[in-house]
Amino acid sequence: MVGSKSPIPWLKTVLLTAGLILFIVPFVVLILNSFKENKAITSNPLSLPERLDFTNYKNAFEQMNYLTAFSNTLVITLVSVLLISMFAAMTAHYFVRNNTKFNQYTFMIMVASMIIPFQAIMIPLVKIYGSLGMLDNKWSLIYMYLGFGSSLAVFIYHGFVKSIPAELEEAAMIDGCTRTQTFFRIVFPVLTPTTATIAILNVLWIWNDYLLPSLILVDPEQRTLPLSTYSFQGTYTSDYGPLMAALVLTILPIIVVYLFAQKYIIQGVMQGSIK
Amino acid sequence: MIAEKGVWNKLRSRLLFTGPTLFAFITVMIVPFLYGIYLTFTNWDGISTSHSLVGLSNYGEVFKDGVFWKSFGLTLKYVFLSVVLINAIAFALAYMLSRGMKGQSIFRAGFFVPNLVGGIVLGFIWQFIFSNVLVFFGTKAGIPFLSASWLADPDTAFWSLVIVTVWQYAGYMMVIFVAGLMSVPGDILEAASIDGANGWTKMRKMILPLMIPSFIVTIFLSLQRCFMVYDLNLTLTKGGPFKSTEMVSMHVYEKAFLSRDYGVGQAEAFVLFLLVAAITLLQVYFSKRMEVEA
Repeated sequence: MVGSKSPIPWLKTVLLTAGLILFIVPFVVLILNSFKENKAITSNPLSLPERLDFTNYKNAFEQMNYLTAFSNTLVITLVSVLLISMFAAMTAHYFVRNNTKFNQYTFMIMVASMIIPFQAIMIPLVKIYGSLGMLDNKWSLIYMYLGFGSSLAVFIYHGFVKSIPAELEEAAMIDGCTRTQTFFRIVFPVLTPTTATIAILNVLWIWNDYLLPSLILVDPEQRTLPLSTYSFQGTYTSDYGPLMAALVLTILPIIVVYLFAQKYIIQGVMQGSIK
Repeated sequence: MIAEKGVWNKLRSRLLFTGPTLFAFITVMIVPFLYGIYLTFTNWDGISTSHSLVGLSNYGEVFKDGVFWKSFGLTLKYVFLSVVLINAIAFALAYMLSRGMKGQSIFRAGFFVPNLVGGIVLGFIWQFIFSNVLVFFGTKAGIPFLSASWLADPDTAFWSLVIVTVWQYAGYMMVIFVAGLMSVPGDILEAASIDGANGWTKMRKMILPLMIPSFIVTIFLSLQRCFMVYDLNLTLTKGGPFKSTEMVSMHVYEKAFLSRDYGVGQAEAFVLFLLVAAITLLQVYFSKRMEVEA
């Protein structure tokens, strides 16, 4: 912990409060205007709404096909995160316990691949999976998230598996557990804090991702929330009210989760950055 | 070391434990990456099933594509300014918020909020702020540089993009710096105070050197994210006005998927990869050499 008191404590509080207001004001402006009519928005974007009018929300909810987009995003995010955490933990565990040259090189390639920008992959990715007829399908997208997300997850798990004593697993195996049973009954439960970190990092990424799903999902019925927000704006370019409501609806689920799990999310980001 | 008996058992657990991850990793990352390098030597147009090898002519096209180099230069400028500002602001916030002040966890949670929301939504929100709210405010309050939309002018539109990027990522990097600052041992700082070191000396000689591991992570992450900026670019400025804020990622997208110039687009994407890889590796290499032990 860094000690010593600041010489002018009130100045710090004033600075931080001003900063925090700057960070939060855009969201406040968004919420205020989501209850206003277009005329009221353009004549004074800073005025308070006259009354709680949910017309914009009703329009946005129907136009962006909210329930479908929401459940698509939910399924894609949950299944991807589940697969990434489980398979990456297994792989990291295998790499640590079977520390052969081959496994070391494979691990190094996975770590090195993290510097490849997505733009260098997207064109051949669309060509390959397009020619296999695997586009426009949320299961293909989930599979790709497993491919793109596993490097970082294996990397983070790798560091934590090393700190689990091997004796613990050997004892379980002497008692008659198979390797798979040992992993799921002993190792994976011990890794729960790491799994939480990986789940948080991946939810923040996949829930909000735009470019990859925009290349893979074409059918409007398959759209995720970021995709339907974007296409919604295309149809309502000058009508701000419904757009504001659509934006609020898009960020609402994650903000609600944040209100309850804020402590864990911040801790997850901290843990994920320690190498 | 845990080992199974027999070749079959060994192979089975290898397949079970590493199979799904490695199969997905290879088919989604490695194969497209290598195939992408091959595509840069072809004239594929995106529709026809056949294409032929054209040697290095795509790379020749890349060198002649003035728009690409313009957006390349613009991206470098954008990345440099954003990375410096993100890290400076994030470090300042973290430093103020890691000394047990009242309500510091509320502040931390608040500064993190923009990271919960994707670039698409943030871009729309800020587009509204820049082209309506600030213009309204500027006109009413008589502030000339606010009364015209920042997004209508190439220079201010570029700065809008930098401002929103810094606003978006500063909170995330702040969290990483807080984690780093908490591991700076308080006793050595106390010892330095007793020896007569003032706040600035302690910062320069002790805290900053001990924070290098955190800086490696935050600079790596901010470099990556800024080089790959697309969502925000798309909804905040749409590359406009007059393509003046089109970052390299958006240029590659348009070259390939809109102009159907896949070979050239992929070659440009590969040039981007080489640059990002070189910069991030150099960054990690040089900062690792600066690391010290407490």
